[in-house]
Amino acid sequence: MLEAFLYFIQQLLNGLTIGSTYALIAIGYTMVYGIIGMINFAHGEIYMIGTYASFVVIAGLTMLGIEYVPIILGCALIVAMIVSSSFGWAIERTAYRPLRGKHRLIPLISAIGMSIFLQNYMVLGQGARDVAIPPIITGGWSFGGGDFQATLSYMQLVIFVVTFVSMYALSEFISKSRMGRACRAVAEDLKMASLLGINTNRVISLTFVIGAALAAVAGLLLGLYYGIANPHIGFIAGLKAFTAAVLGGIGSIPGAMLGGLILGVTESFTAGYFSSEYKDVVSFSLLVLILLFRPTGLLGKPDVEKI
Amino acid sequence: MSNSPNTPHRNLLSVSDLTMQFGGLIAVNGVSLSVNDGQIVSIIGPNGAGKTTVFNCLSGFYRPTGGTINFLGEEIQALPDFKISRKGMVRTFQHVRLFNSMTVIENLLVAQHRHVNTNLISGLFKSRSYKELEAKAMYRAEYWLDKVQLTKYANWEAGNLSYGQQRRLEIARCMVTEPQLLLLDEPAAGLNPKETKDLDNLIVSLKADYHVSVLLIEHDMSLVMGISDRIYVINQGQPLASGTPDQIRNNPDVIKAYLGEA
Amino acid sequence: MQRNLNHALFTALMTFVVSFPLLGIDLVTDGSSLTIEATSVTTYYYMTAAIVIVFLFQLFRESILSVFSSVPKLRLPIHLYSDLPQSRRNRFENWFTLVVVIVALVWPFVVSRGSIDLATLVLIYVMLGLGLNIVVGLAGLLDLGYVAFYAVGAYSYALLSEYFGLSFWVALPIGGLMAAFFGFILGFPVLRLRGDYLAIVTLGFGEIIRILLNNLTSLTGGPNGIGGIPKPTLFGMEFGRRVKEEGNTLFHEVFGIAYDSTYKVIFLYLLAVLLVLFTIFVIRRLVRMPVGRAWEALREDEIACRSLGLNRTIIKLSAFTIGAAFAGFAGCFFAARQGFISPESFTFIESAIILAIVVLGGMGSQMGVILAAIAMTVLPELAREFQEYRMLMFGLMMVLMMIWRPQGLLPSKRPHLELADVK
Repeated sequence: MLEAFLYFIQQLLNGLTIGSTYALIAIGYTMVYGIIGMINFAHGEIYMIGTYASFVVIAGLTMLGIEYVPIILGCALIVAMIVSSSFGWAIERTAYRPLRGKHRLIPLISAIGMSIFLQNYMVLGQGARDVAIPPIITGGWSFGGGDFQATLSYMQLVIFVVTFVSMYALSEFISKSRMGRACRAVAEDLKMASLLGINTNRVISLTFVIGAALAAVAGLLLGLYYGIANPHIGFIAGLKAFTAAVLGGIGSIPGAMLGGLILGVTESFTAGYFSSEYKDVVSFSLLVLILLFRPTGLLGKPDVEKI
Repeated sequence: MSNSPNTPHRNLLSVSDLTMQFGGLIAVNGVSLSVNDGQIVSIIGPNGAGKTTVFNCLSGFYRPTGGTINFLGEEIQALPDFKISRKGMVRTFQHVRLFNSMTVIENLLVAQHRHVNTNLISGLFKSRSYKELEAKAMYRAEYWLDKVQLTKYANWEAGNLSYGQQRRLEIARCMVTEPQLLLLDEPAAGLNPKETKDLDNLIVSLKADYHVSVLLIEHDMSLVMGISDRIYVINQGQPLASGTPDQIRNNPDVIKAYLGEA
Repeated sequence: MQRNLNHALFTALMTFVVSFPLLGIDLVTDGSSLTIEATSVTTYYYMTAAIVIVFLFQLFRESILSVFSSVPKLRLPIHLYSDLPQSRRNRFENWFTLVVVIVALVWPFVVSRGSIDLATLVLIYVMLGLGLNIVVGLAGLLDLGYVAFYAVGAYSYALLSEYFGLSFWVALPIGGLMAAFFGFILGFPVLRLRGDYLAIVTLGFGEIIRILLNNLTSLTGGPNGIGGIPKPTLFGMEFGRRVKEEGNTLFHEVFGIAYDSTYKVIFLYLLAVLLVLFTIFVIRRLVRMPVGRAWEALREDEIACRSLGLNRTIIKLSAFTIGAAFAGFAGCFFAARQGFISPESFTFIESAIILAIVVLGGMGSQMGVILAAIAMTVLPELAREFQEYRMLMFGLMMVLMMIWRPQGLLPSKRPHLELADVK
């Protein structure tokens, strides 16, 4: 009985861990969609880039003999965020901005092209095979006894703390800062905001940059958690994060957070109690079900068609 | 090409207490109106009064939150848009909605989708019934093309027509479906005086020659006063007045709503 | 000038940031630890060149762009064709088609085996492109999971032949029907979704199908796939050296000629030509029929369609189902040609390639799609040395096409309908 409970707790912990990282990536999707109504298909690749950039920094610092974990994490975080944000900015400027206002399929196809381009850019840069990184943070806090012990690893703890801080920082920014207000205004009504003198281009660029930065954080955290990177992790992660964003209500940041957690936990329970091969199937099925029965998501506003 | 001659007082459309609510916003509140056979009825009111919302409810694009809509003796408020259209009520839109990259004549053919043979096998092998129905559809299309003076633009892309021409095409597209009731949403918007006069004549001819009743939303008062049999005034989603053009013209409430307090 | 300088410095810096950490530094696994190394010198040269070019371009942007705009716009020779009057175009097209068909039928007897094989591959992609063209190009439904129907067709034939011993010719229509059926049940719940959502959901479906194929090992052979799929026969004649199935005869024996492995290849090629001609014929008819017009109207303006009494669900479903059927046919043929299939052939990248073919060719344009399929399949073969960069170029091409020419290489021209004399 105790074992069953501990097993449950373990799946829950694992799910919340993964889920909070999904939430970080999902926020990027939801912000961009909320502001310009397009799905940034290449967002998953931004996350992947974040993983690689952080690996480079960690490997470099380790080679220099630096072992103090907060320094390593801090530097990796900053560099990954800078690199990913640059990509986010560049992608918006080159592949999306020239296509604004055109038929909806056009930027979407451009985004798909960009996604493929970035994946193969990384293949060119780092090879197509997995890159493994030795764990930086080891150990954890185990509880329970007997046949099964549940563990909250320190890595998981770090993930919880960092994602929480990131999401808190974002919420504060969006609700309290001037730029954050501008973001909300543009998301609400782009034309009106521009008529009111808000530099909508700058706000849109900022949205991409913020989303990319958060994806980079997720990239670092998941990269360390799984210990692996390859150029194609962005694809699946992107789909899942998008599922999370839709689940929570596309356009809603709290929705993305909630959706991420729910998705993570669902996935974890599927893997833990059913089969890990099918966890992706469950995630995608969840997406389909949500879109069928509640397309506005859990926290989204109903979308009234303007005729 | 037309319905049977007008039987005055035969009621085509009867709307009772129509209400449309979006979350906290009540866009339409208790609107009632009726259109009889062979009538031209207008809905007027200041901007944002909820007139297009009424149209959207009538044509099935919105599901009204309250009230009943009775068309040709049948309650239709719960029916989806395409089913209502098939029953004989078609509409135009505030911003012209044509199939822009298709040709003018293709626009008119698509509208007759219901009247042509959609059986795949007949179409693939060009059976006799398929060819006959296609020919009939072409005939109808050409007829109405001529009626709105767009014949020489038949193979132009619809998006390349001028605004006035597009408006006429939209109406012609409605007419090829052989409707009983035409809902026109601000058909004169953006037209110059000559075009408005032509539109005027067109609408009157639709009623007289083709026995189609028309319900229209309009801001152009000369058009409205000139051709309407009956006018309904809506202000902020609520019915304000109704009557003949003369009655409306002299109604103090209406004047106040449009011009504000004296 | 000052503003340009700032902007130029900024973009040059950006170029550095996006290239140096990822391209300029290599992650190397050293035993159990991860280290970094500098990459090759040539890469640094390229990077520096890129940064300099970006810097200079942004600095002298106005001058450079004005030079470009003063150069007369290069009209693609394709314009000459598009500008011809419709009657001339029709005559030209008919003759052209006849010539092409004759050449296509005669050509394989005089070229190398490798070329015929490549041509067969091209024809498969032509079929897939034309099928997806119905869904994306004509009806405007962005389907990113088209490869799922391709897989259904392929696995249908593989399984039908393994468990029921059905021949290719019997399995072909069944495969198409199965794919259409999948199109129906997959399409039914999702077709009411908005464009981008539909895209993601169809992507998800494609992935689900692939994962299922990978994991339902008892049925599908899992990652190992299904092998030993028989090649199609011609009236009971096989094209191999020895009879594989009881009761069949051998082609070279029946005609009293020496065995040549090329016969098999030519036969498959001619079969593909037949399938493609069938596809082209059917789709040409459909486009001129009410259902085809309804597809295009739906793409143009769904709300207007609804207001005219068109049932959008049925129209969307018909596009989805018919498009899926063609993928099914292509899948059957693919399985027959390969003799072996596995889930690896049915990844998202395939869907993306087929989508690229439709987009590159011009959405809705049959000729364009055929041209694009040829280009997408043949060009990588010609530029073998650039194999590494193939997918990179592919992604870049998609982006550039959307920016430069979203209507495709050969956008379709509306059919010109002759009016009878009304009066």
